Amino acid sequence: MAAYIIRRLIQTALILLGISFVTFILLYLVPADPARQIAGRSATAETVENIREQLGLNLPFYEQYLRYLASLLQGDFGRSYLQKTEVSTLIAARLPASLLLMAGAIACELAFGLAMGIVAALRRGSHTDNALMITSFIGVSAPQFVIGILLLYVFAVKLGWFPIGGYGTFVHLVLPSVTLGFLGAGWYSRMMRSSLIDVLRQDYVRTARATGLSRAKVLFRHAMPNAILPIVAMIGIDIGLFMSGIVVVESVFGWPGIGQLAWQAIQRVDIPIIMGVTLVSACAIVLGNLLADLVTPLIDPRIKLR
Amino acid sequence: MSRTVAETRASAANPSVIARLLRRPLALAGLIVICVTVLAAVFAPWLVPFDPYEQFFEGLTIEGAPLPPNAQFWFGTDLVGRDLFSRLVYGARTSLVIGVVANGIAVIIGSLIGITAGYFRGWTDTVLMRFTDLMMAFPALLLAIVLAAIFTPSLWIVAMVIAMVNWVQIARVVYTEARSLSERDFVMAERAMGAGAGRILFRHILPHLLSTIIVWATLGIATTVLLEATLSFLGIGVQPPTPSWGNIIFENQTYFTSAPWLVFIPGAAILALALAFNLVGDALRDILDPTQQGRH
Repeated sequence: MAAYIIRRLIQTALILLGISFVTFILLYLVPADPARQIAGRSATAETVENIREQLGLNLPFYEQYLRYLASLLQGDFGRSYLQKTEVSTLIAARLPASLLLMAGAIACELAFGLAMGIVAALRRGSHTDNALMITSFIGVSAPQFVIGILLLYVFAVKLGWFPIGGYGTFVHLVLPSVTLGFLGAGWYSRMMRSSLIDVLRQDYVRTARATGLSRAKVLFRHAMPNAILPIVAMIGIDIGLFMSGIVVVESVFGWPGIGQLAWQAIQRVDIPIIMGVTLVSACAIVLGNLLADLVTPLIDPRIKLR
Repeated sequence: MSRTVAETRASAANPSVIARLLRRPLALAGLIVICVTVLAAVFAPWLVPFDPYEQFFEGLTIEGAPLPPNAQFWFGTDLVGRDLFSRLVYGARTSLVIGVVANGIAVIIGSLIGITAGYFRGWTDTVLMRFTDLMMAFPALLLAIVLAAIFTPSLWIVAMVIAMVNWVQIARVVYTEARSLSERDFVMAERAMGAGAGRILFRHILPHLLSTIIVWATLGIATTVLLEATLSFLGIGVQPPTPSWGNIIFENQTYFTSAPWLVFIPGAAILALALAFNLVGDALRDILDPTQQGRH
């Protein structure tokens, strides 16, 4: 166990190193000259050269990368070209809103996804099952921005139940969470269904039924703990979907998180911010996968770590 | 899984796969949507009632607002008075070209990397698959955004960007299967007879992987269509005035409260096409992959 955790941590550290390298190469490839962008249009050649010197842009490739890595390790993601603020400060200020939105989305997708999956598995082959599975297909095929605008149109503009956008109270959280969780709910319901169908076929479930336990008790006490395992591993992958999704959802709802920060940076081609958000997201995904790997054996003692 | 090469070849080209596909109502519905979209894209110039780029004077109300769907403009007009139906039909070209080109490149890259890593093992495996893991850690949309910000977006650049993001998943799937195939006796036998790596890979291992690749290629088009629409919606995909379903929404979204058709009609088109490819891909997986049978 300890050996596995150590190996997994080393692997994670290597992947994080790789991520920093890929991000650096992408930054390196950007055609715009950061020194010129920082100096402004009216700067003299000398000023630009001074800034280049300061930023270390004249150094050889590997030295630039080492400097970049060293500053990353100190939590320095560089400065925004246009806002003249530290990228790490901007991201730190926006992160809580995004985390809140993701928590809301996880709640939505677990509630909808698991409920749909369980009902479909229990009523396997029925019209209810078919209808639920078509719904889940729509969930994974629907573009998030269209779902977001549709929910806004129906529930905010026409019915007036929720505010059109903004941030602060629980009612502001509902529509963005549902939009972000819609895709995941589709995946969860399909996984829950096939996993539960597999478990319900097993002998121990039949035995439990034969001892005279009620259907509900067999389902929730005996079948579900096993059926839910693949879902736990999914949450790691989920974080990746969320990190893409928040850019769209936050721009539709005007939610002040890192997705909106990235979206505004796209409009102004503010590369350091886009790279910072990408870096933070990639780290979140790697750590999410690590967490899922480490948590699974705690829930399921049959899984041996090697 | 224990099929011979001949059997796999037969099942990949077998008319009965298509016949079995047509017997599933959902897959049939998906195929119809795909066919309609392909026909619309191919015959766009003959189908559309108006020039998709022309801004009609009578396409706007006196106040300058877009027209809702009516007898002259079937799906209404957009903010500058262009015919939405015509733009939508031309937009099908964008979606399909990107769907097929981007996904085609992604499938080729992913299959090559997966099959090479799975067969050669050793350091080739380590380097290629660790690189794949690394690319998996990047959220697809954000990586595409960064790439689109680096290169100035055009139709082909968008296709390349999507391909560079989407090959990862197919590489993983192909790798897992190629690895187990390389351990099999028939591959050993080939090797013992002195067959070269190229011959084994392309004549013996690849045919076994065809059904997997077909399934993932179909599902991948759905992902590609959605990613293109999302990039265009964010304004960094296909650039206006070239119509794409995503950028029609991008151009008109600020007025969705007063002109909802400008968002929801293209939105429905994106959903229908992505859903169609997902339904067909899922049915193909059921039909081609015997290990999945009985689970649905």
